[in-house]
Amino acid sequence: MPDASEVEAAFRAEYGRAVSVLVRFLGDIDLAEEAVQDAFITALQKWPHTGVPPSPAGWIITTARNRAIDRLRREAKRDERQAEALLLHTADAPPEEGPVRDERLRLIFTCCHPALAPQAQVALTLRLLGGLTTPQIARAFLVPEPTMAQRIVRAKAKIRDARIPYRVPRDADLPDRIKGVLAVIYLIFNQGYDGTSELTAEAVRLGRLLAALMPDEPEAVGLLALMLLVDARGEARRGSGGEFVPLPEQDRARWDGELIAEGQALVRRCLRRGRPGPYQIQAAIQAVHSDAATADATDWGQILRLYDQLMTVAPSPVVALNRAVAVAETEGPRQALALVDALDLDAYHVFHAVRADLLRRLGRGTEAVQAYEQAIARSDSAAERGYLDRRRRELVQRVRG
Amino acid sequence: MTHYLLSVVTPADGQPPTPEQLGEIMRNVEAFNQELRDAGAWVFAGGLHGPDTATMLRPSGDDVLITDGPYAEGKEYLGGLSLIEAPDLDAALEWGRKAVRATTLPIEVRPFMDQP
Repeated sequence: MPDASEVEAAFRAEYGRAVSVLVRFLGDIDLAEEAVQDAFITALQKWPHTGVPPSPAGWIITTARNRAIDRLRREAKRDERQAEALLLHTADAPPEEGPVRDERLRLIFTCCHPALAPQAQVALTLRLLGGLTTPQIARAFLVPEPTMAQRIVRAKAKIRDARIPYRVPRDADLPDRIKGVLAVIYLIFNQGYDGTSELTAEAVRLGRLLAALMPDEPEAVGLLALMLLVDARGEARRGSGGEFVPLPEQDRARWDGELIAEGQALVRRCLRRGRPGPYQIQAAIQAVHSDAATADATDWGQILRLYDQLMTVAPSPVVALNRAVAVAETEGPRQALALVDALDLDAYHVFHAVRADLLRRLGRGTEAVQAYEQAIARSDSAAERGYLDRRRRELVQRVRG
Repeated sequence: MTHYLLSVVTPADGQPPTPEQLGEIMRNVEAFNQELRDAGAWVFAGGLHGPDTATMLRPSGDDVLITDGPYAEGKEYLGGLSLIEAPDLDAALEWGRKAVRATTLPIEVRPFMDQP
């Protein structure tokens, strides 16, 4: 007999699909969400007696659609004009274009429309495609619940009032719009990486969905590979006391071999395709790290070449900082420090952490301690602060001794 | 079809264009308007005199008070507008993109409420 947790599992797995089909059918996000939630409540009552149906998604969608039709009929009596408008809108819906079959792809592009604020794009994507509740999203982003609720309500109102379309963009707009979708998924991943692992899992799920729906989009595959390879180290980057363990010090036996194999296979698929982009190159860098049995065995020359490539397609100070870390390993800390000192990244804690490490290696202990202090003051992750403080204290002892 | 207002956001302290630049902008804007007409998307368009030509009317008890000047001094003012018809925001934004190129100024795109 299924219990509430099985309905919950079906909810998380099928919510986005059901909502996207119902949005298309009803032409209204709120009505679609209500209908799908109604259907899940019905499932919660029925499934314990009848068992989970062979196709839970099909059952939910059919039930939600019937609920919505009942509701529209009821409201048609109350407010004929509004209901009529809704049904007209649905009848107006353009016929399916191109090979895209999955309604969720439309919904992703609507949620990640550039006319919506980036935070709203993230919140809507998690809510409509991930089935996360508003309180869950608010907690994950450390935002008060009413703020997050208002953000979502405003975004939905803008979609409705400004008529943000519910479709996959035309080819001319597609490259730019895909970038927007990938940025939202990666932002969710990184937010999860810094705290809520629930978000990491959700980002990987969305990444898998997008890569499956757009298999010819190498950057979608690249992002999925990148997330899998980084996520594979999730366990190893936490010490026994919950403290942060940086890559060179991680116990590589604790890496998830299955995720690494999957990520590396995807990187190879991207390489064969020969249309590199920022996510694919970052995934390739992570794949090189994952290849090394020990930190000392890392092929830093290969990593430096990939960072050079990344600097040509997507130059940024943060990429330059990461490149400098590779330079420290290939040419030495002095050359790396010169590159780092030229960067304008004072507000970024990693900048100070990298400087601290380079100064330490150059025997400039006092300056290194100061740099650690600056890094600690700017980091908002307790685990990371703990790690940086340990390094700082070790250094203070050595400087004194 | 929805009506959208494309507002030309003009900086109050910006350098006014030279006569040559202005001539080119006017030609581009006319071409943009023609493109709107040809596509059946044109409703209305026009440029406005500066905010120093504005007159304010305000409710004052049962009376209406007349004063010189705009509603609010701002860093930007409404320099002109296009009223267009488009099936959805993506189509309206595409027209907005063309308006930016023609006017060389920022454009705000806003939907009208549905006709009652």
